[in-house]
Parts: sequence; C-alpha cells; structure tokens
Amino acid sequence: MTTTTTTVAKPTKPAKARRRKGHDHDRTFGDILFAMANYSLFALLVVICAYPFYYLIINSVSANDISALGDVRLFPQGFHLSNYEQVFQLQGLPMAAAVSVGRTVIGTLLTVLASAFLGFMFTQQRMWGRKFWYRFLIITMYFSAGLIPIFIIMKNLGLTNTFWVYILPFIVQPFFVILVKTYVESMPASLQEAAEVDGASLLQVFFKIYLPNMTPILATVAIFSAVTQWNSFQDTLIYITDQSLYTLQYLLYMFINQASSLAQAAQNAGGNLGQIASAATTQTPTSIRMTVSVIVVLPIIFIYPLFQRFFVKGIMLGAVKG
Amino acid sequence: MTSSMILAETTAEQIEERGKKPKRGERGPGKKSFTPFFLILPFLILSFVFAYLPLFGWVYSLYDYKPALGLSGSEFVGLQWFRLLVSSPTQLAQIGQVLVNTLAISFLGIATSILPLGFAVLLNEIRAKWFKNAVQTLTTLPNFISWVLVYMIAFSLFSTSGLVNDILMDGGLITAPIKFLDTDQHVWLTMTLWSVWKGLGWGAIIYLAAISGIDPSLYESARMDGAGRWQTIRYITIPQLMPTYLVLLLLSVANILNNGMEQYYVFQNAFNQKYIQVLDLYVYNIGMTGNSLSMATAIGMLKSLISVALLLTVNWIAKRVRGESLV
Repeated sequence: MTTTTTTVAKPTKPAKARRRKGHDHDRTFGDILFAMANYSLFALLVVICAYPFYYLIINSVSANDISALGDVRLFPQGFHLSNYEQVFQLQGLPMAAAVSVGRTVIGTLLTVLASAFLGFMFTQQRMWGRKFWYRFLIITMYFSAGLIPIFIIMKNLGLTNTFWVYILPFIVQPFFVILVKTYVESMPASLQEAAEVDGASLLQVFFKIYLPNMTPILATVAIFSAVTQWNSFQDTLIYITDQSLYTLQYLLYMFINQASSLAQAAQNAGGNLGQIASAATTQTPTSIRMTVSVIVVLPIIFIYPLFQRFFVKGIMLGAVKG
Repeated sequence: MTSSMILAETTAEQIEERGKKPKRGERGPGKKSFTPFFLILPFLILSFVFAYLPLFGWVYSLYDYKPALGLSGSEFVGLQWFRLLVSSPTQLAQIGQVLVNTLAISFLGIATSILPLGFAVLLNEIRAKWFKNAVQTLTTLPNFISWVLVYMIAFSLFSTSGLVNDILMDGGLITAPIKFLDTDQHVWLTMTLWSVWKGLGWGAIIYLAAISGIDPSLYESARMDGAGRWQTIRYITIPQLMPTYLVLLLLSVANILNNGMEQYYVFQNAFNQKYIQVLDLYVYNIGMTGNSLSMATAIGMLKSLISVALLLTVNWIAKRVRGESLV
C-alpha cells in the first residue's frame, strides 16, 4: 500500500489486459501455495456440508441389512428402491405427507397473496391511518408475548389440534409486507393513475395491474414461505396431539427417538406388503429413518439450486438499502 | 434469520421518509379514504390476534393458572412466581444454570459470527467461477433444512452406532464407542458447531454481496500502488465489510436471550439436559411438560421485556455511533 515507485516506470496498457497478465506473471510461490490451501479448505467445507446428505441418500437405496450394519459409506450397496414404496405403508406416513404438502401449498399461497395485498395497500397514501397501521403491523417483528401465552390463546380460540394452526399465524408476515411494499414503490405510480382514469376500482388495480407485475418479488416470498412451512416442527410439537395432523418433520423426529415402536412399525410394514421379504428389503429402523429423511430433504435439495437466486435476492433486497 | 431483520428495519424507516415524488393512490390533497383500510382490516385483525392478544396472557403470571379451571377459576397469587424465582434456592440454582447456558451459547454464537465474514473473504479469492458457485450452493444447503433433519444427520453420524464410531472402531482407534450425543461434555461447543455447520454458507452470502458492491477502483489503485493480496484484504475488503458486520453483531447482542428452542429441543436428552437448557427450551419444558404454565409465563415475560430493552439500547447505541438506527 505504500510503494508507488514501481508503477511509474511501467508502460501503460489497457487495465484489463494488464490485470490478467499480471496475475499469471506475478504468481509467486506463496500465491500458488495460498490458492492450493484455499481450494482445499473450500473442498473440505463442501464435503462437510454435502456428505451427510449423500450418506442419507445412499443408505436409503442400499440393501437394508448392509445399511443397518453401517457399512454403506461411499457408494450404495445392493441398490434397490423398495424402501420408498414400503415406508408409505407405515402407519401415519401417507397422512403426514399429505399434511406437510397441504400446509406448504395452502400456507404459501395465502402468505403470498396476503403479502402482495398488504404491500400494495400500504402504498396507498389515501388510506385512513396508513402510517399508524403500517407501524402496528411492522412492530410485531420485534416482540413476542412468549410461548405459553400464545399457546393459551391458540387453545382458547380452538385452534389447537386443527389444521388451521399451521396456516393462520403465518398469513401476515411483516417482513414480506415490507419487501412487497418496497417493490411496489419502485414501480411507476402512473400505472395506477392511468387505470383509475379509466374507471378501475382499487381492487381491480391490484388484481389486474399490480399483482401480475409483482412476480419476481412474490417468487422470493413464496420460496421462503414454502421452506418455512415444510420445515416447521415446533408448532406440531406445541399445538397438536391428534396423530392425523402430524407432519413429516414430526414423524421423522418420533422415528429417530422411538426405536422400539419403529421396529414394530417396520414389522407391520413388511407384513402389509404380503410378500416374502428378503433380508435386503426387510425394513429396519435404520432404513426407515434414512428413507423418511430423504423424503423430507429431497424437495429442498431439488428446489434450492433452482431457486437459489430468489433466496439470495430475498436476503439482498433490503441490504442494498442499508 | 437475523440478516433479513436488518433489511426490514432499514427499509421500514426509509420508506416513511420518501413520499415527495408523485404519490400513489392519492385523490386530492389530504383526502383520506376508508376503503383501503377496510380491505386490510381482516389482516390487521389476524396480526392483532396472534401478536398483540397474547400479551394479555401475561396476566397468567399473576395466577396459579390451571387450564381446566380457566382464568376465573384459578387462584390469584400476585407476584408469587416472581418472588419464588429469586427466593427459592433450588429455583435460583436452576434458573442460574439456564441463564449460564443461554449466555454461554449466545457468546459462542457471537464469537463465531466472524466466520461467515472470513468465509466470504476467502471465497472471493477463488478464481474458478464454477467452483465458487458450487461451493456457494452446497454450503448454503444446510441452512434450509429443519433442525429435526440436522439431528437426524447428527444421529446417523455421531450416535454410538453411527458412522464416525464405526470408522474409529474399524480402524482400531477406539475399543468402545464414544458417546458424542448422550453426554454432558462440551454441550455448548457442539451446539455452536452445529449452528455453524447450518449457517456458515448462508451467513457468508450477505458479505459476498457486500464485497461485490465494493468500488473496484479501490482495488485497482491499491494494486497500482503495489499492494499484495493480504494488504488489499486487510486494508480494503475487511474495512468495507465492517459496517455490515457491526450491524449483525449488534442485532445478535440484542437477541442474546433468544436462542430459540428447536435446536436444543431436538438435541436434548437425559445426559445433556443440564447444559442444553436455554431459556426458550426451559420455558417450554416447565410450561408444556412440567405443567407450570404460570411460572413459564412469568419467565417468558421477563425474557421478552429484557429483549425489547436490549434491542432499544442497541438501537440507541447504533444511532449514537453510526448516526443511523437499526430499527
């Protein structure tokens, strides 16, 4: 940062060319060593982050007697897919899958619509008490009454042991409202003026003009909301005792902790299929856990790389403002 | 997601400031309409019911609340629970341990909060684009799985019959399996490591974006002046990332009592319970499992009040130091 003498002597070249050449030219032994160490570090981090997922997947498709011994480490052994067929014979699993999918789809849809609607409405200067109601909503991000009072409210409202406890508390999300509001403010106000001159009502303006043009921000909201819904575990733990409302996450948690009931379930699953099961396809606690885990994680693994840019945008949107 | 919090806070403020330009949905100056208000009323009610209404539940801390009897049938006990909290030696010892756990895990979290920054700075030095992208995708993945699944991974790798013990036994390094999960040793540390595993890659994204926003001419001129890699990192990249880091740091200080309960609940067992019980988990354990709803409400209420006070303090500090508030 201090030596300025060397650069003076050099003939000036276009910046780009100089930089590229400089890299190849200036590479010292230390640079190469650093690059090697750096690549190795990140390769190691990738292995630490990705291998556990790979481990679950290869075990779920390996012969169950081998996977139970813990010998499936690098490649699947005795490849078969019957585990995926068989876990759906487990009591409660199809229902849990339906509940998980149901809450993810319905919850996400409602959250997206509500965020879009509220985000748009809060840009309406003529709204009575706009600033007050906006603050009323946003401030809820910063406090919580606590687990027990919320539980008692849910109970008093009759929401415990209903599907709606998965949906209603998630509909209004202040953070998403802020995201949409910021987005709408970046759209030209003349859109609305023109439509209103043509006699469109406020709702028509929203549904016909703004909603179809908000897709990028709504995709971000949808993806965050869907992941939250799919991964949610705590609400089942606190509000639900009815087994038909268990989610996949909750079922997986029970499968990890209740080895004995799991073994029983495994036997029943084998019996239900009415086939002579070989050692390789007979369900074991390990095979059930691994397979259910993969079912739980697979949607995330598939959608994450596809929608990564939306996730990243979600985190960046306001950071730019900060 | 602390990072998303800052975004929210900054935007919320700034949007209010705006409004000089042609205003949207304005019919005549100062003419207010009730229509938009009635349209959003259902959502305001939802917000009231799930965020504000439970605040009235704080009165349960003044009763010996029994769900079967209802509030009117339960005995009013005044400040008994709060007094019990500080007078009973066993209770005091218990809550003391819980507080130590909470603070220890939070401090370890704050200490490791520098790691995503380091991750971003080092990843920025990687030249191969495909490698960079692959690293980003694969290291952010753990952030999007549930704690249940993290526990499943911990279980399949680190239980007594898990992969790590298998490998160590096969290699003859140990003769009996090591209890990584069913132990009261290093609980705070392992919990922190799992948080790091889950959050490192994702936490780095905000810094990577900040790095890409740094004015390239800074680097150009530094290089012209003969600055090496370490010098540009030390005198340009890191100072440019500091504001972001400090904001996140202040927010994590404000959240020092809020560890959440999910992670600790799924990892909790009879062996590690003493060291894993953070405040949020403790409130759950005594309220939902131990059935002392009123005591749990009292503790939860104190926690909420302290958290809000911390947030306001931190916000005040930020205002004084940066001239810009967090909230």
